[in-house]
Amino acid sequence: MWYVSSSPHIHSGDTVSKNMLSVLVALIPACIVALYYYGLGMLMVTTVSVVSCVAVEWAIQKYLMRKTSTINDGSAILTGVLLALNLPSNLPVWIVIVGAIAAIGIGKMPFGGLGNNIFNPALVGRIFLLISFPAQMTTWPVPGFFPMDYTDAETGATLLTVLQSGGATALPQGVGSLLSGDMGGSLGLAGGVAMIGGLCYMLVRKTITWHIPLSVMASTILFTGVMHAVDPTQYISPLIHLFSGGLLLGAIFMATDYVTSPMTPVGMLVYGAGIGLLTAIIRLFGAYPEGMAFAILIMNACTPLINTYTKPKHFGGC
Amino acid sequence: MTKTFRIGGIHPPESKLSAGQGIIPLGIPARVVVPMWQHIGTPANPLVQKGTRVKVGTLLGEAAGFISAGVHSPVSGTVEKIDTVIDASGYKRPAIHIEVEGDEWEENIDHSIAIVRNCTLTPEQIIRKIATAGIVGMGGATFPTHVKLSLSPPLATCAEILIINAVECEPYLTADHALMLSKGEEILIGISLLMQAVKVRRAVIGIEKNKPDAINLLSELIKRFEGIEVIPLKVQYPQGGEKQLIDAVLRRQIKSGALPISVGAVVQNIGTAFAVYEAVQKNKPLIERIVTVTGKTLAKPSNFRVRIGTPVVALIEAAGGLPKDTGKIIGGGPMMGKALISTDVPVTKGTSGILLLTRKESVRQEESNCIRCAKCINACPMGLNPTLLSTAAEFTQWEMAEKNYIVDCIECGSCSYTCPAARPLLDHIRQGKNKVMGIIRARKATNV
Repeated sequence: MWYVSSSPHIHSGDTVSKNMLSVLVALIPACIVALYYYGLGMLMVTTVSVVSCVAVEWAIQKYLMRKTSTINDGSAILTGVLLALNLPSNLPVWIVIVGAIAAIGIGKMPFGGLGNNIFNPALVGRIFLLISFPAQMTTWPVPGFFPMDYTDAETGATLLTVLQSGGATALPQGVGSLLSGDMGGSLGLAGGVAMIGGLCYMLVRKTITWHIPLSVMASTILFTGVMHAVDPTQYISPLIHLFSGGLLLGAIFMATDYVTSPMTPVGMLVYGAGIGLLTAIIRLFGAYPEGMAFAILIMNACTPLINTYTKPKHFGGC
Repeated sequence: MTKTFRIGGIHPPESKLSAGQGIIPLGIPARVVVPMWQHIGTPANPLVQKGTRVKVGTLLGEAAGFISAGVHSPVSGTVEKIDTVIDASGYKRPAIHIEVEGDEWEENIDHSIAIVRNCTLTPEQIIRKIATAGIVGMGGATFPTHVKLSLSPPLATCAEILIINAVECEPYLTADHALMLSKGEEILIGISLLMQAVKVRRAVIGIEKNKPDAINLLSELIKRFEGIEVIPLKVQYPQGGEKQLIDAVLRRQIKSGALPISVGAVVQNIGTAFAVYEAVQKNKPLIERIVTVTGKTLAKPSNFRVRIGTPVVALIEAAGGLPKDTGKIIGGGPMMGKALISTDVPVTKGTSGILLLTRKESVRQEESNCIRCAKCINACPMGLNPTLLSTAAEFTQWEMAEKNYIVDCIECGSCSYTCPAARPLLDHIRQGKNKVMGIIRARKATNV
């Protein structure tokens, strides 16, 4: 007896877990940079975040959804790593666990798991913590060279916080340190070069297309650039915006989340431009020094609408 | 830059195991089963009865209606019965069973290999001879060729170019490739005849670059012909799709629901061009074709010249027998072919290949949630949104499916091939497309 099914009879061999793995590989350089500057704290936060994200997903599927576990697809691991890169490396273990529960338990599983969630789970976790624990979430350890301290690390303000309170004249460091990652902030704020390396890897592997990262970066540069041109003493150079805060991490790894971003090239460009604009508005005029996470979540909510109005280019042009 | 089509496309492993194998004539089996419905349109009407003696080329069934094609006897012998047979579609179809005796041909057929170059026939005479020979599109679509060539007057004036499809973009298949290498000149004569038939002065042959020997050979041979050009194309599936090929060659895209003639093109398969040569110059009806028999664990992947009606099992035996680990037998290529339910299925005019997949290759991955990665959208050569259409069909949202052009799907399978979540996108879309086409037909019927 033979199998009978309709065509096609062969498959590319691509799987969901291969795509997740590819993003994880692309995150390796950024993780190494973070490990170098934040040492033990980075290791602790990342390990706790990954383990608890996977555990929460497993527990919800086993005891609440009573479904076969999907932790093997790697998406919970990825959420864990991305969440960790959005947290200060001196954050206590229990707060990290709360973040993981929020990310998976609120951001992902109630919608039906991977593929059905509206918002990027890691960002749901981050925003949940930012609103619940504003003090812990905004005191950042000063970067060192593989420091061995964790919650007792020496802390300092991030570049954007300094600028928020003091305007462009308060600029303490050159752009050079932003590129190398030698700058206080969340783990993922480190290492523009590492981020861009990861982007190149994902582009070569065709895990993502260039549309979202490029349009986020371009629109951030455009809008902050306009304000910088209007008043250079009040607003810093767009290049500093590009390489500071979570912008690159967000543009390359968070905004490009398959599930929560639009599906057509035009839709991706609109979505990216919206993220850039919102980030610029929040950073320049809002109460928070960081705008990326909110900007992405707001545009996540617009994704179904964007998908409805941006159709793929139809053969024959109608 | 090498030409190719501009929307979507994928590049599956080419797996052309039987490339460069030449063409082996397969022996005539003891019994053939000739289906009366080997083409798109109405089945042919049987003209013979039980006990009728037939020769090679005797008309077994006449074309019934405008879109139909005659069927000729591929062997000499006695009609055993007029019954049915399960063909590649999996359905029982009316068929004529013939017991073979010797190999006696109808007198007017010239089955020598001598090349006949000159032709003084008018376009109408050429088309009539093509119709008489029962020729259909040999790339797999099996649309009757004479119907495609008989353009009604306002359209006939628009034809400016004949495009010959020698792309063979399906993985594994090498039948057209082998035919080009062994019958180059005959094919070019056939193309000239087709040019006369549709009154165009220019023809282009589109060949993918993975067949450099065929490109070189034909490029050399066309020097003796007028108006024929060879265009090498980038290897990309589904370039052999009619719309994709026209886009690749002419940079013109056919509008939704329109025919190739709307952009001035007539497309014919290279195998059809050879059949046209044999029909017009040698009076030989379509009674045999080249079939690739292939598979990773098959002993001798080959290209056979096979009489229509030969059971598939005879081809597999000639290629070294059915491997033990066979999991699926496919009539055609791996992307668009049909899984056969038995090895007794007869070879028909549209059988381009027999592909044996191993048990491991036959099993589909388990499907999971759509992760909205948009890889299907990027792969779709028609610029559709496969995941949306598939979901719309699954949840019977026919209006949404129609609005998003489900009827434009060419069923190439690029979406299902690409999907990392292994969703059976094309399965749903195919069902939805049939449903929506039915709805559109019903609406037209009530409006008229």
